[in-house]
Amino acid sequence: MTDLVTAARDGDREAFDELVRVTHADTYTLAYRLTGDEEDARDVVQEAYLRAYRGLDRFRGDAQFSTWMYRITANCAATHLGRRSKHRHDELDEAAGVPDLHPEHDPQLRADADDLRGRLRVALDALPPRLRAVVILRDVYDLPHEAIAAELGISESAAKVRLHRARNKLRDQLFPRRDGESRAV
Amino acid sequence: MRPREVVTLQCEDLSMSLASTAEGEGHLSRAERRHVERCLRCQAEVVQYRKVLRAMRTLRTEVIEPAPGLLADILAGLEEAGERHAVRSALSGRRIAYLGGLAAATAAGAAGAIVFATRTRRTRLAG
Repeated sequence: MTDLVTAARDGDREAFDELVRVTHADTYTLAYRLTGDEEDARDVVQEAYLRAYRGLDRFRGDAQFSTWMYRITANCAATHLGRRSKHRHDELDEAAGVPDLHPEHDPQLRADADDLRGRLRVALDALPPRLRAVVILRDVYDLPHEAIAAELGISESAAKVRLHRARNKLRDQLFPRRDGESRAV
Repeated sequence: MRPREVVTLQCEDLSMSLASTAEGEGHLSRAERRHVERCLRCQAEVVQYRKVLRAMRTLRTEVIEPAPGLLADILAGLEEAGERHAVRSALSGRRIAYLGGLAAATAAGAAGAIVFATRTRRTRLAG
């Protein structure tokens, strides 16, 4: 991969195409997790590679190419979701768009809920996009708080607060409390 | 002797610290540690956070396969962007050459005018 990055930075288009071939499924996975929609994820991935191609000379090489792509993808997804929310105000509304979290109502969800990972996927989908983005970038992709804040266009402390709220919500959904137990959010 | 200050912590006060501790990032203060050691509810929370984090990390290795055609679309988009860039570069190159030529012609014209003016003046003085 390092050789491909070096060649691509030297202007070798074939090398950049090969980088795309090697990384596009991974980049798409992140884009899909952030947007929760196939079409949006496609748009985000295409935009992310265009930005990467144009900004390749700014890639310092001290990070991995995949990490650099994650940051670009996160930035593109934030822009994309922001643009979309202007048209559909409910998108970033925390109360809106929460899917049915009772697996017994849906055979597919019931199958997913068989293991913790399956239930986690359902719980992640239920998170509002702004919370989902932070917790995925931090806990799945291991990006530092600073990078997450920079790519999402928020302060580091805001990123930490969102992360805490997201983790709380995930834990509440994966390990529901018995009646009578209260929990701080 | 001053009475020892007793810090009373509620489970809710520790919520954020517990998540960071589970991640291995944060450090609990002495009072917080003492609370957790005695509080089954907080101990359970740390365990739950750890389980959530572990499950989150396993998602890293999962790949959601994109629908066929995405790779071709990305490469076509790059190709198009590359061509646009090349055309823009060629146009800006021509523009630079044109402006350079114009500047050279202007400079030559100005120099000619100065030489002509100087000669005319000398001829008048000599006459």
